[in-house]
Amino acid sequence: MPQPILVVDRLHKRFGGLIAVKSLDFALHSGEILGLIGPNGSGKSTVMQMIMGVVKPTSGAILLNGSDIAGKPIFEIARAGIGIVFQHSRPLRLQTVLENILLGLLPDRIDRLRPPPGAIDRARAIAAECGLAAVLDRMPATLPFADLRRMELAKAIARDPQVVLIDEPFAGLTRGEVDDFAALITRFRDQGRAVMLVDHNVKSIASLADRVLALYLGEKIAEGAPGAVMRDETVRRVYLGGGIETHERPEADIAARKVLLDVRGISLFYGKAQALDDVSLTIHEGEFVSVVGLNGAGKTSLFNAISGLVPFRGAIAWNGAVRGRESAAAIARAGIVQCPETRELFGAMSVADNLALAGQRLPDQERAERLAWLFGLFPILKARGEQHARTLSGGEQQMLAIARSLMLKPRLLILDEPTLGLAPVILGQLSEALTRLRETTDITVLLGEQNVTFALPHADRVYVLEHARMVWQGSPARFAEEAGAGYL
Amino acid sequence: MRTISLRRALPLIIVLVFLAVLPLGANGYILGVLTTAFYFAVFAMSWDLLFGYAGEVNFGPTFLIGLGAYGAGMANALLHAPVPLAILIGAIVAVAGGVALAIPALRLSGPYLGLITLVAVLLLQQAIVIFAGVTGGEIGLSVPDVLSIDSGPNYEYALAFMIISGLVLSIIARSSLGMILQAAGQDKIAAAALGFNATRHKIMAFAISALFSGLAGALLVFYLGTASVSAVVDVSIGVRVIIAAVLGGRRTIIGGAIGAIFLIVAGELLRPIGQLSTFVVALIALIVIVILPDGLLGLLPSRRGA
Repeated sequence: MPQPILVVDRLHKRFGGLIAVKSLDFALHSGEILGLIGPNGSGKSTVMQMIMGVVKPTSGAILLNGSDIAGKPIFEIARAGIGIVFQHSRPLRLQTVLENILLGLLPDRIDRLRPPPGAIDRARAIAAECGLAAVLDRMPATLPFADLRRMELAKAIARDPQVVLIDEPFAGLTRGEVDDFAALITRFRDQGRAVMLVDHNVKSIASLADRVLALYLGEKIAEGAPGAVMRDETVRRVYLGGGIETHERPEADIAARKVLLDVRGISLFYGKAQALDDVSLTIHEGEFVSVVGLNGAGKTSLFNAISGLVPFRGAIAWNGAVRGRESAAAIARAGIVQCPETRELFGAMSVADNLALAGQRLPDQERAERLAWLFGLFPILKARGEQHARTLSGGEQQMLAIARSLMLKPRLLILDEPTLGLAPVILGQLSEALTRLRETTDITVLLGEQNVTFALPHADRVYVLEHARMVWQGSPARFAEEAGAGYL
Repeated sequence: MRTISLRRALPLIIVLVFLAVLPLGANGYILGVLTTAFYFAVFAMSWDLLFGYAGEVNFGPTFLIGLGAYGAGMANALLHAPVPLAILIGAIVAVAGGVALAIPALRLSGPYLGLITLVAVLLLQQAIVIFAGVTGGEIGLSVPDVLSIDSGPNYEYALAFMIISGLVLSIIARSSLGMILQAAGQDKIAAAALGFNATRHKIMAFAISALFSGLAGALLVFYLGTASVSAVVDVSIGVRVIIAAVLGGRRTIIGGAIGAIFLIVAGELLRPIGQLSTFVVALIALIVIVILPDGLLGLLPSRRGA
């Protein structure tokens, strides 16, 4: 095998007390597509940002053609031959597509008013290569989402980089567009460039990547051909969890109950990116339903639609009646309470005040009773009563967020990624609280998780959301055999 | 980069020709109002280059204007420098101030930078008051020389200066440099990832903005005959510059000129209603900004959908 073009050697990154990337080694060859995968918080984005110079490594080397670029300014790394396609980008609004691409071809000089000779022709050629020939003179704001992403690809290769980094290459694209992009990325490889794709899961990039490297908690857990990585025991455990115990209640018992929430074929767009595509979901009274899906699958979008926070197409029926144009506040008062992924606590207020605020609509006595019950569910909150919410640990904040939601006496409690960024010991405590809710109350819960290990034990039924669509539903017991493989 | 088509520039040329021959028919009062408005127009256009293009929140345009004004005024009054040399000195002082202001700008962004620029104005204001012996303090600094004692030539100087400044700033804004500035203003990391040393470009933007602000401040001093805090440094003057630029249309350069002339002329027309005039002009500006986020220039059909 020829010499690799990029060598990452004992790369280490520490953010305060958190080790994001732990002594990582890998190599990238010209004419190769490497997929860097890992669940949220695995350090894959940090690795990409260190290569580009956006984040400075704590220690270690990044060798491009043998010379160390670790810790250099971004623009020097870019000029040394590395290009990047960010997941979110802001094109120049007042310039055409052609001018946006031309930007990538301008010299880094402050004394130049005109582009260098030949640059415009070169920009045209790059645009044509990326499938933008027909929209050269359009303004970015008038372009469909896929064309905006094409434009970002075009900008990234304008300087003819030897290494191209692409963050979530297929996020927000339809299936047809995914194929076009895969062909384009393959072309970059065939031109002799080294391509590194960063994504959450193997599946979306499996057919494209020559080699996959899986990260978990900052460490390499597997490396090799996509198929081999997907079959790897450690990878499977990280994504699917080990032996999962399931405790679903009998299906017949659930089906006999009244339907509380009925989501009928809703679609949702953010500008041009489609977040939900004809998604349906049914929840019966008292049922615990889990929606599992990787980051970006559309879970939060679905919950926000149910909570009335974002406009969508399609219908949602609550308690037997199709909802009209109620405000988010009215929907919350009707009994749908969402505990958001970001927690949204009032950081400068005490734990007691956060809870009191949520319970201010309750009569004094009921509020006191409810508070006592919540302190039974989460004893630590009682001890932390006078502390400012933002000084709590992540796990305590999550408990407070859930307690605050419960203070509103929801009929349907939506929990969006409650385990995000929490240590295993906290997961145990949250898990116990959910079990108690399920066994001692008649509350209905909709849980969104990418952590299947946490989601399955608490579910009567499971939905799998993937790429804006519901791809599977069934009992937790059947999940591992039917959906587990596809989930990766 | 985009060439300005003659058809689109034609209304502008007609307006400018009209303004150029105005001294033949208008009285000194009208010319005086417009002269001030033209200098204000340059303040607003310089600010637009820095904020609209480079994305740097400068709440203290009068820091750069005041440095130019007092630099020129003191050079003339204390060093007896002839007017052209004094203006040059004022411009150099302003550019030095602009580059100094760029240093915090490279570390801070958004509201924090805005606060620093505001503090810079207050510091300048305090310095002028403290060193009253050489700056004239709160009374102001009288300069021995003026551009002209007649309103006609003063008007033509201001008009010519505004046209040249507008042209140069527009060319810069539409050039390769302007595109890189816009890219760095929107997303510094993305611009750097395309190989641009965003820091260097931003310092350049501060310097260019300071150059034109300083020149305009210096010329204004030699038009008014005095440099005073209330005319060229006060925070409220800076706020009016910002309102003018936003009112006319951000990221357009020429919008700054339109907004500035609109503000000053409207203020004069409403002078008969006394104190209320400031209120009414501010209210109009507020309404226009709320209804037309792209400013007055956003009304032109050619800019829609851009």
